[in-house]
Amino acid sequence: MRHVSEYRTDDVAARLAERIAALVEPGRRYQLMEVCGGHTHTIYRHGIEDLLPAEVELVHGPGCPVCVIPMGRQDDAIAIAERNEVIFTTFGDMLRVPASHGSLLDAKARGADVRIVYSPLDALRIARENPDREVVFFAIGFETTAPSTAVTLLRARAERVANFAVFCNHVTIIPALRAILDSPDLRIDGFIGPGHVSTVIGLRPYRFIARDHRKPVVVSGFEPLDVLQSVYMLLRQINDGRCEVENQYARVVREEGNPQALRAIAETMRLRTTFEWRGLGFIAQSALGLRPELASWDAEERFALAALRVADPKACQCGEVLKGVIRPWECKVFGTACTPERPIGTCMVSSEGACAAYYNYGRLGRRRGRVAAAARAVP
Amino acid sequence: MTDEAERQTLARIEARRRRPRRRLTEEHVTLAHGAGGSSTHALVETIFLPAIGNELLAPLADSAVVACGSDSRLAFTTDSYVVRPLRFPGGDIATLAVNGTINDLAAVGATPLCLSAALIIEEGFPIATLEQLAGSLGAAAREAGVPIATADTKVVERTKADGLYICMAGVGVVPAGLTLDPAAMHPGDRVLLSGTIAEHGMAVLVARGELELEAEIASDTAALHGLAAELLAATGGVRCMRDPTRGGLATTLNELARAAELSVVIDEAALPIRPVVTGACELLGIDPLYVANEGKLVAVVAATDSAAALAALRSHPLGRHAAIVGEVRAEPPGMVVLETAFGGTRVVDMLAGDPLPRIC
Repeated sequence: MRHVSEYRTDDVAARLAERIAALVEPGRRYQLMEVCGGHTHTIYRHGIEDLLPAEVELVHGPGCPVCVIPMGRQDDAIAIAERNEVIFTTFGDMLRVPASHGSLLDAKARGADVRIVYSPLDALRIARENPDREVVFFAIGFETTAPSTAVTLLRARAERVANFAVFCNHVTIIPALRAILDSPDLRIDGFIGPGHVSTVIGLRPYRFIARDHRKPVVVSGFEPLDVLQSVYMLLRQINDGRCEVENQYARVVREEGNPQALRAIAETMRLRTTFEWRGLGFIAQSALGLRPELASWDAEERFALAALRVADPKACQCGEVLKGVIRPWECKVFGTACTPERPIGTCMVSSEGACAAYYNYGRLGRRRGRVAAAARAVP
Repeated sequence: MTDEAERQTLARIEARRRRPRRRLTEEHVTLAHGAGGSSTHALVETIFLPAIGNELLAPLADSAVVACGSDSRLAFTTDSYVVRPLRFPGGDIATLAVNGTINDLAAVGATPLCLSAALIIEEGFPIATLEQLAGSLGAAAREAGVPIATADTKVVERTKADGLYICMAGVGVVPAGLTLDPAAMHPGDRVLLSGTIAEHGMAVLVARGELELEAEIASDTAALHGLAAELLAATGGVRCMRDPTRGGLATTLNELARAAELSVVIDEAALPIRPVVTGACELLGIDPLYVANEGKLVAVVAATDSAAALAALRSHPLGRHAAIVGEVRAEPPGMVVLETAFGGTRVVDMLAGDPLPRIC
């Protein structure tokens, strides 16, 4: 298939794997964090770790939008969904996220009108089709999905759709990266930067990572060859002693991002003073709420929400997983009490969550370094 | 080079994964329980097997095989159809019901004898549509050469059903001497698939019109008893067959791997799939391995017979795109592993639920 298969060819992959292996200093550890959950998914789905030398370790980052929603927000979402007048629309991923009393899927089984949409515009359409109901869209995601929520809000305002509201949980990636870089218990040698977020925010916001923290960043696409090439580019930087923000995903990501999308976000949303991230705690100016002039479309204004901070279950170590401090299988409840079927933590829910990706795809005695070792053996 | 601690964790998870569940943790039935994946299995294991389990039901195969007199065996199956929309490219709920029931018989190697159909109709359902669907029920049965020997109708109040549900049963005769059983699988056996995957599920999803996605994908619904008979006639090396419907190829292979306590290794590059289906799946973030098929057969065949089996499948119009897609291995037992086209490997597990609403 055009635009897919050319990024998945095994001979190109094998050549790249050889070049990566040649860059690695035997015995040295290279810890590279893929920030975005989409990359985590690609890495496991295509078995990329099989192609890497044992010295290169991919650490999964905080960029899974489903994973970072704290339990209190999920409780509020369910409380809205359970109101009789409400049709609650959500991306499918959020259905299974555990809250204090079950998930949205459980609420749906108890009678709540919860519907899966693929776009907030679908939610707006449902609102137009059901004028006697309140239609709420559960907005989640980084700068990748925020523009589509913004455009939907602008359209709702222009068309005066009064029975539509957004429960806004959009978060921004840079403060989370800062939190991770400031965290003392982590040593990362380089970052595979998020591709789709960067199509919106551009490359400039990552410069502080190279400048202040002296870490290389390569913004990467989501096909397996993209990720492999980004690993190669990071190792090149490390070997050369360079710390730069490089763009592997140049076919999509522009230096300046997407000004139009940024304008739509700015027109409808503003930074919250602080926001709780699951596992990472409160991070200042890390999330977006609706602007006051859009209060009529703001679910937080329309419905009285408990807005309580709910502690994660004690056994859950999603925070450590999200920060890359522990690997999914090192969590105490991984795969036993916490499974995709009955998740305790959010990382086990979304297909982009590190735990779910590892459980569903990677739960295999790894043959790490297989390809790389073979490559090295070739004189 | 695997970390020892990681290996221990994986072993612990495997042990736990295979332990039969004793009770469900949920208080209500959710859509995940109907998705055909591990939640469905949990429902069957914890609720139904303790209540109605018996020797005939125990293999949990597509059809039960019942001894009838001294030397005959009957295949007996039941299935209900709740698809929305009722009509979609390539078929409708009625053709799906007839073909799906026949396929459950075909998968155990039986020659279908006859079917039953029970229709649950919602008050207010248009008679014209009912007439069309009844016509389609009859046409599908005639085309397959398997009569609907008995039928029933019930009407329920408005809102108590989604238009129309069809409950089917089917009876067939199992040829003397034929036993198909995952327990007969051996390391080295080949896994054959009769054609391209994921078409039914994607066709229904696109036909709902909720995605603003247009793709020319038709359901693959078809009666497979002819194809299965060709295969069985061509070779004695068939270990078992399955009809990979709800939950897709991945779920079916997981059921086989678990039943046989062996590993099934699939070669991603060998999987037949139409480009338009790959494209739609990529756009929606859906793994085609988990998408339902309604006209495909999976057969595990002894390695020495696999070429003859493949030729037999390909000689039939419904098996033109048949391929050898994988191999049975000893390790890791009970698991399905995919060798990716990219040169890596990954686990293909049973999904807990399914983000898609009902499709069959």
